[in-house]
Amino acid sequence: MAGMNTKSGVVYDARGLVEPDPEPPMTAVIDGAMATIDATDLTTRKINLELKRIVYDEGVNEVTIVNPGSKHSLGVGILKRCKLTFEGSPGWYACGLIDGPEVQINGRVGWALGENMMSGSIVVEGPAGSLTGAALRGGDLVIKGNVGARTGIDQKGGTIITMGSAGINTGFMMQRGHQIICGDAHDGLGDSMYDGVIYVGGKIASLGVDCVPAEMTDDDHEFINRKFAIYDLGTPPDFNKFECGKVLHNYDALEPSERKLVL
Amino acid sequence: MCGIAGIIHRDGAASIGDELTAMLNSMKHRGPDSTGYAIYGPADEMVIVRFMLAEPNDFTGFGMDEKLERNRAEVESRLAKIGAEVATIQNETGYAFRATIRYGGDLKPLADYLEDIPGCKVLSLGSSLEIIKDLGDANTVHDQYGLAKVSGTHGIGHVRMATESDVDLASAHPYWAYPFADVAVVHNGQLTNYHMWRRRLERMGHRFQSQCDSEIIAVYLAQQLENGLSLETAMKHSLDDFDGVYTYLVATGNELGIAKDEMAAKPLVLMETENLVAMASEEVAIRALVGTEVETRDPFENEVLTWQV
Repeated sequence: MAGMNTKSGVVYDARGLVEPDPEPPMTAVIDGAMATIDATDLTTRKINLELKRIVYDEGVNEVTIVNPGSKHSLGVGILKRCKLTFEGSPGWYACGLIDGPEVQINGRVGWALGENMMSGSIVVEGPAGSLTGAALRGGDLVIKGNVGARTGIDQKGGTIITMGSAGINTGFMMQRGHQIICGDAHDGLGDSMYDGVIYVGGKIASLGVDCVPAEMTDDDHEFINRKFAIYDLGTPPDFNKFECGKVLHNYDALEPSERKLVL
Repeated sequence: MCGIAGIIHRDGAASIGDELTAMLNSMKHRGPDSTGYAIYGPADEMVIVRFMLAEPNDFTGFGMDEKLERNRAEVESRLAKIGAEVATIQNETGYAFRATIRYGGDLKPLADYLEDIPGCKVLSLGSSLEIIKDLGDANTVHDQYGLAKVSGTHGIGHVRMATESDVDLASAHPYWAYPFADVAVVHNGQLTNYHMWRRRLERMGHRFQSQCDSEIIAVYLAQQLENGLSLETAMKHSLDDFDGVYTYLVATGNELGIAKDEMAAKPLVLMETENLVAMASEEVAIRALVGTEVETRDPFENEVLTWQV
């Protein structure tokens, strides 16, 4: 493969974009059951390889990543229960496809945090970009600042808690799960949602297609109080509840195969 | 997918060539095909003309050097004919030039007259704006055009991933708002009512240098400024007038602004401090500029923000 050597010693492909076949850099400092990775001079691939080496091969369950420098795709695909802490801000696609980790991010995140996450939790101390929790399947996301547009797009489970406000089309095409928004929701809340529940504490600019208000029940209060207690988020504000109106997606029209079963 | 970046220093000029290069280079993955800068130095009593006489891809046949020399002489003679006094004219690369001229007249006839020369494109005209763009990544263009020496109060930049037109200079950003002095735009996204607006602006007498949708944003905004609107108002109108997905940055001699479409489909991260405002498609570019953890935010849909120098 045509390679391109850089000053840092990293070999890239001919266009200077992809780093083929890297090895873990073995630079993490392991101290008993804890480890620290300094991400300053490492590329995304090297950071993730080092993280996987520590968590899977070394069996260390508490890892701190310092100086993440807003690099993309950090901490993706970790399928084991462990504790990850980011001292600083990762970039886009942080902790996507994870199953199990308990993640603390002491900074902000870019787009698509926890994309397709299966279980575990991610707590972000700052704001998050658009597409937060895209296709989320399980686990909890807690964002203490604002979130961008289309938070929880295609959400299929889990809970997204936003302490600030949420951008346009939050809960777009969501299919299951919960969203708790303490601040305001911008236009098109819950647009084209199939199922799931959205709670909003602040003002709502407008509801999306087939998103309708619903009545809060004791179960809803219990759920919100439980989540707020787990993540130590203080006293929850008063919420309005929204869910799918079940008109848009032809719920009353059965597929031919389903009709056969029913009849 | 493209990457955009902008900086405005509110406490005087800084080495903006190096700063924008660091930001753009960190976003190389968003577009490695071409890189461009619109840099605003201190306002000059001279008019700065950036022009090119051929595409870098054109250097294939014999006699190219003679042809360029002939056309360069033609540029000088036409500038003299239209009443502009040429102070300096420098060769930045084999095909791109920077000239400073003394000229008090209307810029449109001047630009039209120069563009009439075969292969000649005026990249920018104005008393402080300089548009520098070429093929390759930010470091390549930075070294090729000696941007380490360039200082300014504000500037915008662009890394391009060619999707709908060629990899050449004509399709590279930033775009100058032909023929308005000192207005430049970089844009990430697509305008879906481009042809409608292009015809509309053409009927008003404007001409376009490229087939790129981003160019109409520059001309549209400059026309509105010419009509007496403030930059902020003009940009708010643009949100109603342009369909599609876009985040764009615009700069004039003393202002810099951002606008995001109503779907917030294209990214932007913003860092605001008292003396420095920086914005980019991705936060990694802000980090390339300041190095440490800083507070940043993503503007929401329909947001228009402007800053003065």
